[in-house]
Amino acid sequence: MRVFVSRDMASVALGADDVARAFADAGCDVVRTGSRGLFSIEPLVEVETDDGRIGFGPVGPGDVAAVLDGTHATRLGKVEELAFFAGQQRFTFARCGVIDPLSLEDYAALHGWQGLAAARAQAPQAVVDTVKASGLRGRGGAGFPTGIKWQTVLDAPAGDKFIVCNADEGDSGTFADRMLMEGDPYCLIEGMAIAAHAVGAGHGYIYIRSEYPFAIYTMRLAIERSAHLVAPFTLEVREGAGAYVCGEETALLDSIEGKRGQVRAKPPLPALKGLFGQPTVINNVLSLAAVPFILAEGADAYAAVGFGRSRGTMPVQLAGNVRHGGLYEIGFGITLGELVNDVGGGTASGRPVRAVQVGGPLGAYFPPSMFHLPFDYEAFAQAGGLIGHAGITVFDDSVDMAHMARFAMEFCAAESCGKCTPCRIGSTRGVEIMDRIMAQRAPSAAAQPDPGLLPSQEHGSLAKALYSRAPSRIDTSLDAQTSLLRDLCDTMKYGSLCALGGFTPYPVLSALDHFPEDFGARAPIKEAAE
Amino acid sequence: MEEFIAAWIARHGATRDRLLPLLHAMQEEAGHVDDAWVPGIARALNLSRADVHGVITFYHDFRRAPPGRHVVKLCRAESCQARGGAAIEASAARRLGVAMGETRGDGQVALEPVYCLGLCAIGPNALVDGRPVARIDADMLERIALEVAA
Repeated sequence: MRVFVSRDMASVALGADDVARAFADAGCDVVRTGSRGLFSIEPLVEVETDDGRIGFGPVGPGDVAAVLDGTHATRLGKVEELAFFAGQQRFTFARCGVIDPLSLEDYAALHGWQGLAAARAQAPQAVVDTVKASGLRGRGGAGFPTGIKWQTVLDAPAGDKFIVCNADEGDSGTFADRMLMEGDPYCLIEGMAIAAHAVGAGHGYIYIRSEYPFAIYTMRLAIERSAHLVAPFTLEVREGAGAYVCGEETALLDSIEGKRGQVRAKPPLPALKGLFGQPTVINNVLSLAAVPFILAEGADAYAAVGFGRSRGTMPVQLAGNVRHGGLYEIGFGITLGELVNDVGGGTASGRPVRAVQVGGPLGAYFPPSMFHLPFDYEAFAQAGGLIGHAGITVFDDSVDMAHMARFAMEFCAAESCGKCTPCRIGSTRGVEIMDRIMAQRAPSAAAQPDPGLLPSQEHGSLAKALYSRAPSRIDTSLDAQTSLLRDLCDTMKYGSLCALGGFTPYPVLSALDHFPEDFGARAPIKEAAE
Repeated sequence: MEEFIAAWIARHGATRDRLLPLLHAMQEEAGHVDDAWVPGIARALNLSRADVHGVITFYHDFRRAPPGRHVVKLCRAESCQARGGAAIEASAARRLGVAMGETRGDGQVALEPVYCLGLCAIGPNALVDGRPVARIDADMLERIALEVAA
């Protein structure tokens, strides 16, 4: 009997290894796959039958007999027919959760390497034109057209060019890069090999954060096993070292070069002077992994789905306090409310949704009154937010939005690379302002952190910088501090070198604008204005 | 450590971009990167000591002192907070007897912050000696505490 059990880090965290062992002990042929992407049914076991793969989940190690005779209470039927999966458009994640991630036979059997073969049959310019025509935009968050980036590198005269994959997926609420690298690593390798052919690069790097040990392990093995298929293009994995800012592309390049991960001023663009000063394509995992589909199926097939100028699909990640969290790949244009309420099923706690943060620690908080927003780069920008890497973190009504705004500043202070002043100093001043606001506002029901248990960094170097001004010299009234906060955010937004300092105002100001009552405002702003 | 560095360099090369992989390898071998090894690293890669020191201190991963015998890396990021992470962090600090970011006096356990493990729909999450753990509640915390007491 053949059974399929995920070895995705999330599945393993929920006990998939024990489940797999139990089935192996019972004499089953256990195939370890990536995750299908719905974590409320993990650990998921799929049993191969004449009628297809029948899923059971969640399953524990004691459930082997009941699963094998088909009587287990969590029988789900065919996984791809569940509502969560039936509504998806899986272009990039078509194989994830289905195949053994490291099996070259499995990959080839499900359209693997067709994109690379199609690309290699064409001139580099034709490949770049196809990517342009697909409308693919950078999935890391900036949304810059991938084809135009490639064109710049193709046109750059140089001997050595590089393909760099940004797999430093540090945003909370996002895990699509990790799932793809663990569940379908050859797809990323194929995308990078296509990029290499398109721009004339010989070597590529995949920079993976150290917090993703499973992805590092899987990618290294996959690179080894597929080396003969992508040759003469060569690849290597570089492991990050716990610096969030290295997700910024120029900081990432410095990190690969063996330096502190500090942001570079642009220009010059990495496309012209990138890694080791050479023309470099640097793309997110999801951008590169979308390319094999585009080359194999054609630009039109990809561009046919989407919304406005956002073409193709986005692997949306539902996270935080959500009942059915996981990965949901769908064409742009689905609304935020459909994602959170219909797909995600509301909160896991059963309490009302109060806020969702879209796009990681640098993304805006939106209240349910804005759930009509379509998932689209432009629509989100207009609403004062960003799609980012398409992670949606759901919060219920117990959240203290002033605390979340403070956390955004605290995180920026901890992770700032230190190169530019608005980010390095501004974030620390922001924490101080938030502390004054939280001290001044009416006592909140939300629990305050126990000062004795705060992270030690606050007692260390940060403590010296904090509260450096005597309170007697500051107007600590709520009005004064709130306008100071807006002023500070303005400086950080327009004065910072990169998105870390530049986008930290998004969560802070959106929390202030949409949830003023948490910041001590006597009445919601709308009513006060009347 | 001089021999370790020499052997590593012989295998992987001595260009500047090898610095992070070398530091990872040393920490893997010894548990931390001691200040005393900085001159040796600098010599091997033809860098200044300040340069090497700057890199080691920039990245959160590199430890300059030996870690606890057990390391619990608990996620502090937004998605885990949305699922009660702050309360679990407070309980973990109390139960393990060590503040976040510290190693306990007896060296038995360190509680370290981590900002996102990419398990964001099943938090609060942690890495316990490298093993991922999800949906941490009071019972799970107790099991972790017993595990790291051994």
